[in-house]
Amino acid sequence: MRSAVASAGPALTRDDFQSDQDVRWCPGCGDYSILAQVQRVLPELGVPKENIVFISGIGCSSRFPYYMNTFGFHTIHGRAPAIATGLKLARPELDVWVVTGDGDALSIGGNHFVHLLRRNLDIRVLLFNNQIYGLTKGQYSPTSEQGKVTYSSPMGSIETPFNPMRVALGANASLVARSLDRDTKHLQMVLKRAHEHQGTAFVEIYQDCIVFNKDTFAPLTDRETKDDNVLYLEHGEPMVFGKERDKGIRLDGLQPRVISLTDGQHSVADLLIHDEHDRYGTLSDILATFQERVGFPRPVGIVRNIERVCYEDVMLEQIDKAMARSGPGDLAALLAEGDTWTVGPNGS
Amino acid sequence: MTQRLEVVNEVTIRFAGDSGDGMQITGDQFTNTSALVGNDLSTLPDFPAEIRAPAGTLAGVSSFQVHFSSFDIHTPGDSLDVLVAMNPAALKVNLGFVKPNGIIIANTAQFVSKNLRLAGYAEDPLQDGSLASYQVFPVNITELTAHALADIPDLTAREIERCKNFFALGIVFWLFHRPMEHTIRWIEDYFTKRRRPKYVAANVSALKGGAAFAEATELFATTYEVRPAPLQAGLYRNLTGNTGLALGLLAAATRSGLQLFYAGYPITPASAILHDLSGYKRFGVRTFQAEDEIAAAGAALGAAYGGALAVTGTSGPGIALKQETISLAVSVELPMVICNVQRGGPSTGLPTKTEQSDLFQAIVGRHGEAPLPVIAASRPSDCFDAAFEACRVAIKYMTPVILLSDGYIGQGSEPWRIPSVPDLPKIDVPERPAAEGFAPYLRDPDTYARPWAVPGSPGLEHRVGGLEKSDVNGHVSYAPDNHETMTLNRSKKVALVAREMPPLEVHGDPDGGKLLVLGWGSTYGAIRTAVERCREAGQSVSRAHLRWLNPLPEDLGDTLAKFERVLIPELNLGQLLTFVRAKYLIPAIGLHKVQGVPFTASEIQSAIEELL
Repeated sequence: MRSAVASAGPALTRDDFQSDQDVRWCPGCGDYSILAQVQRVLPELGVPKENIVFISGIGCSSRFPYYMNTFGFHTIHGRAPAIATGLKLARPELDVWVVTGDGDALSIGGNHFVHLLRRNLDIRVLLFNNQIYGLTKGQYSPTSEQGKVTYSSPMGSIETPFNPMRVALGANASLVARSLDRDTKHLQMVLKRAHEHQGTAFVEIYQDCIVFNKDTFAPLTDRETKDDNVLYLEHGEPMVFGKERDKGIRLDGLQPRVISLTDGQHSVADLLIHDEHDRYGTLSDILATFQERVGFPRPVGIVRNIERVCYEDVMLEQIDKAMARSGPGDLAALLAEGDTWTVGPNGS
Repeated sequence: MTQRLEVVNEVTIRFAGDSGDGMQITGDQFTNTSALVGNDLSTLPDFPAEIRAPAGTLAGVSSFQVHFSSFDIHTPGDSLDVLVAMNPAALKVNLGFVKPNGIIIANTAQFVSKNLRLAGYAEDPLQDGSLASYQVFPVNITELTAHALADIPDLTAREIERCKNFFALGIVFWLFHRPMEHTIRWIEDYFTKRRRPKYVAANVSALKGGAAFAEATELFATTYEVRPAPLQAGLYRNLTGNTGLALGLLAAATRSGLQLFYAGYPITPASAILHDLSGYKRFGVRTFQAEDEIAAAGAALGAAYGGALAVTGTSGPGIALKQETISLAVSVELPMVICNVQRGGPSTGLPTKTEQSDLFQAIVGRHGEAPLPVIAASRPSDCFDAAFEACRVAIKYMTPVILLSDGYIGQGSEPWRIPSVPDLPKIDVPERPAAEGFAPYLRDPDTYARPWAVPGSPGLEHRVGGLEKSDVNGHVSYAPDNHETMTLNRSKKVALVAREMPPLEVHGDPDGGKLLVLGWGSTYGAIRTAVERCREAGQSVSRAHLRWLNPLPEDLGDTLAKFERVLIPELNLGQLLTFVRAKYLIPAIGLHKVQGVPFTASEIQSAIEELL
């Protein structure tokens, strides 16, 4: 729940959202772009600046609130969702954003992350996924690929990585989206859609760590390769991709297939149509598997967007109901509830 | 046989049986009726951590002790006048607490070979003469309950069996001339709400059957009466510490005008606070059952950041998990109250038993220099006042406060004189700072509190976090001098809380003497009783009780110096003792007990007598 009031004051600009702190990410870090897109989008949302709160955990991404001229709380490694939950329950009218990273959200904070999505508070979660621990100087993260050689895995990481989208869908997140730091227009669109959503909006943002994991997402962001590797999802549209828009996704039974639209055997009519609102998540579950399928494009955009009741709305409804049923609480009556007895002045 | 009525001043009864025998309900009913007839009282519920330990075993024994009197008492009683033993295991576990010539009411139906073997009896103690120094009343409670319920249709043998605790209660009610109306009303209410009307008739018949049996068979040659205690005038109710704590938090919210937010994760023996507050929705209380202890602390901190009166509650293992968040609360200087209903540790330890072993954890259990005020409740009724005070100080000084209770006072009960709401002090909430000249760490010169600049306030947009902040403007700073300044500021703020404390009361010889017994928390009742007994016997012993453990009262050092010796009884291995020795450089003496049960007054009395 957020109050629907638009700002009555003068229109805000990107500058209004820049704090007086020097930004201290490594030059060239993808975080700069994400910060810029958030600062560009916020003035268009009509929310008074003082009602916006950024809450972060620990890690490079989590320095984000210091650079926003809104309310900001840089908290504890992994715990931002819990702190954001308390704030939202106490102040549902606020516009609360959680900024986190792959280590923060999926390793140390995995528990709070899934429970926030499950409860569906009206909060936006921006997960900057660079598939590495940056702030601690380059250890493998829960999203690093198997076999990754880092300081803590000199012979290669043994671990199977998390697919963040699958984790979010497994927690029944009501909005699941993905975008890229380098694709500024797309990222702005996704941020706006996430903000429109009533419920927990999970946005995975591929972010380039130029120091410890440089160019991990280059195939998805480089001009020459990206169109062949990225599937831009649009609700109600067939799943077409490729530089020449010559490829698509078809469903054979339960298995998606990449098909050619130029081989004379298939046409757009054969393709899967994207449906954000697929209630049971069958389609989004399939889309989430693309990153594990060889030769498949990486879906970006709004993967899932369904309506689910927000936790805080029901909490307030219950309070209203309790007040309607028995009237507002009377403390004196409560203290004297149950069996009481009176002792007279003479101790009788 | 003529029955004799004897008037006695105090009685201690323990109801003991298997975990599923309903001993807690039975004890509760006897307690509430005793409260309603005007006795002073104190209770000690004691039950295993397992929901249903194997029937008939020593491990499965659950008991409820109630001490009631015609005068002012402070403990649940050192030894038992009456033991109700529903099976051989209950007898075996509790016999050692029964006074010589004390009354034992035993359910003979359970004294069969299998149960005797489970309890470790080679012979039936009811038959072998080993109980000759007690007044033993063997009663086939199970069979007599079945007779009493013979006219009630559609009851299974199991359902009949489950009414036997009320038959036993009927016997004890009759022995002590207690009215049954209250319990009958409770049974009606309880089973009607649960849509089990046939259980109303069954349990009421069992209760009345027990009393009728005791009367008709002239079971007891003597019956007893305990007259009302002369309590201070006022309206009273019986109160457990956990309920008192919940009410104290709500009262603080009401008197401060703040929204009460409570986050918790289920844990024995603190869950009752979450349960109680979840039932106060009509007061606008917002409760949150978090996914874990860490999240509960985090949610409370988030709510505090948003301007609520934020509280989280738990027991020792949960505090360990919350400490990182509490450190952040110290760093960002936001008010919140963390309740610790202590239990036996380390680790899962004794989840249903009491201990005072989290004092170190409360005072110094965080990382970095992270001081915060620590307050301890001394008895069930004091949980209300301590909770209220913890909230007041948290808000005034913008600091997290740890409130220590424990399983004994949290689950135990006593009469509580209900305070008048308008007489409760008003809690002042600092005004929101003005945007002009606002700085997030610009302190109030008097309290050292920083402004509570909550989101939603135009012009107060700012950033806080766990990184060290520059004095006044709150920007991230790693400057060496600034870190020391901020560390000292946080420390000084907590030290200022000592101003909130009234002069330390010394009961006995305020000008000094041979021995001072210094207590904190739930040892209050046992210490008070022991010291009063010793003084009645003419011994030079005084007592003082600490409400705040951090900071310690400013006059504590002078008080301690007036006494030749200082004794500190604690349900731990000497935690307050360590602080007192370190701070005041005196050879204070510890008295330790870590058995999961409170001190008896006699144990403390013996320790005093040894030192005098």
